[in-house]
Amino acid sequence: MKTIYKSIFIAALAVTTTLTFVQCADDDDNGNALNEPTCDDGMMNADEEGIDCGGLFCEPCAIVLDFSGTYVQEDVMGRPGINTVFGGTGMVKNDFNTTIVSDRMAFQPIFEATMENYFDVYAISLGLDPADVNYETNILGLDAPTFTTVLAQFDALQVAPDGETTYFNPATGAALTGRNLADDVIDISLILIFGGGDLANLNFSDPATGPLLITDGVDAGDRDFTLGFPYMSAVNQ
Amino acid sequence: MKKTKLFAAIGGLGVAVLSVFLIAADHVDAPDVAGQTTDIADLYAFEGDNPNNTVLIATIQGPLSPGDVTNTAMFDEDVVVEFNIDNTGDFKENLVIQAIRRGDSMYFFGPASPGQTGLISEIQTSAPISSVKISTTEETITATNNGMSFFAGPRRDYFYFDFERFNAVTSGMVAPEGFLPAGEATDFFEDLNVLAISVEVPNSMLGTAPPHVGGAVGLDLPPAYNVWVSAKRKQ
Repeated sequence: MKTIYKSIFIAALAVTTTLTFVQCADDDDNGNALNEPTCDDGMMNADEEGIDCGGLFCEPCAIVLDFSGTYVQEDVMGRPGINTVFGGTGMVKNDFNTTIVSDRMAFQPIFEATMENYFDVYAISLGLDPADVNYETNILGLDAPTFTTVLAQFDALQVAPDGETTYFNPATGAALTGRNLADDVIDISLILIFGGGDLANLNFSDPATGPLLITDGVDAGDRDFTLGFPYMSAVNQ
Repeated sequence: MKKTKLFAAIGGLGVAVLSVFLIAADHVDAPDVAGQTTDIADLYAFEGDNPNNTVLIATIQGPLSPGDVTNTAMFDEDVVVEFNIDNTGDFKENLVIQAIRRGDSMYFFGPASPGQTGLISEIQTSAPISSVKISTTEETITATNNGMSFFAGPRRDYFYFDFERFNAVTSGMVAPEGFLPAGEATDFFEDLNVLAISVEVPNSMLGTAPPHVGGAVGLDLPPAYNVWVSAKRKQ
C-alpha cells in the first residue's frame, strides 16, 4: 500500500506541476524562462506566433507565402523578333503584347504592310519605284500574305518532343522545331524576309553591287553551348 | 527588285527614314514594357541533355550592363512569368509553368492546367510546387523536384545581333549597303546580361504534341507543341 500511495502522489504532483506550468506560461508577461518549454507542446501559447514557433524563445515560424491575386499580361513572346520587326509602330507593339495569342488575325495586314515598308525604304533610297521592289515568296514557299499570317496568327515557338529542336539548321534541314541558344535566329529571319526563294532577292554577296540583307554578319562569338543545366554561362563582368 | 535596276541605281541615293528604333529579339520590344520588370527579352525551347526532356528558358529585363546594373537587377514579386504550352494545336494554353519570386527564392508551379486561358492568370497554387534559391552573379544555384530542374538568376545574354546596324538598315540610313560583312559587324549583346528563368521538364509531363502548325501552310514538319512565354503583373 505504501508503494501505491507513493505512486499516486507522484502522479498527482506531475499533473499539478503541468497545470501550474501551463497556467503560469502566459500570465506573468515577463518572458521568463518558463515560456521556453512550450515550444514543443503542440499548442500556440505564450508569445508564440504559431504553434510552437515564433516569439522570444521558439524557432521562427515558416513564412506563409501569399500567391493570391490576379495577374494581367503585359508582355508575351513566341518566336524571336516578331513584334519588334513587324509591329511597325509603338501602338501596334503594345497591342500585340496585350492580345491573346490565339486571336491575332487583325495583325496580319499590319505585319505585311510593315514588311513591305522595309522594301520600299530600299526602293526609295535607290531611286526606284517602290511598287517594283517587293517581298518575294521565300525559301519555305510562303508568299507575303501567308508568311505574315503564320507570323501574326500562329506566334508561338513550335517545339518537337522527338528529334532535333532548332529554329532552323541548314546542315540538317530541320526547321521550326524549337529554338536553341545557338540558333542564329536573326539570319534565319532575314533570309525568310529578304531572301526570296533562292536567297537572291535582295542579297548580293558583294556589298559593292547591292545590299547585304540576309545576314547581319555576327555569330555567337565565344558564348559557350556545351554547358549542362541551366545551359547559359555566368554573367559578363 | 531586279539586280540590274538596283545596280544601275547606286549612286543616285535618297534616304527614306522610317521612324524605328528597335531592339530584338523581344528585348524592349514595345513602349509600354520598355524598362519594366515584365519586359521579356527572349524565349528558348530545346531538347535537354536528357533527350526525354525539354528545356524552357525565358530571359527578362535585358539587356543589363555588367556591374551594378546586373548586380542589382531583381525579379519582381508582382510579376509571374508563365511558360504556356498548347498541346492541342489551337494556340490556347493547355498547360502552364508559372514562376514568381518570393524573398530570395523563385517558386514554380506546374506544369498544370490553368484555371483560365488568355490575358489573366492566377497562380496555380494547387499544382505541384518547386522552388530554387535565386542565383547571384557569383553563385549558380539549381534545384530539382519531380524530375524537373529549376534555375533563376542573372546570366550572360545569349542573343546575338548587330542591332544598331539593323536600325540603320530598316531606316534606310545605310541603303544600299545593308548589313556589314562578318568581321566588320558588331554584336550589340556580346558584353551584356539578362535575368534568366530556366526549367527542364520531362516531355511526359507535357502531353502528346499536336500536328505541326506548319501543316496549315503546306509544310511537312514533325508534331510540335506550341510554346510561348508571358509576363503578367499583379493587379
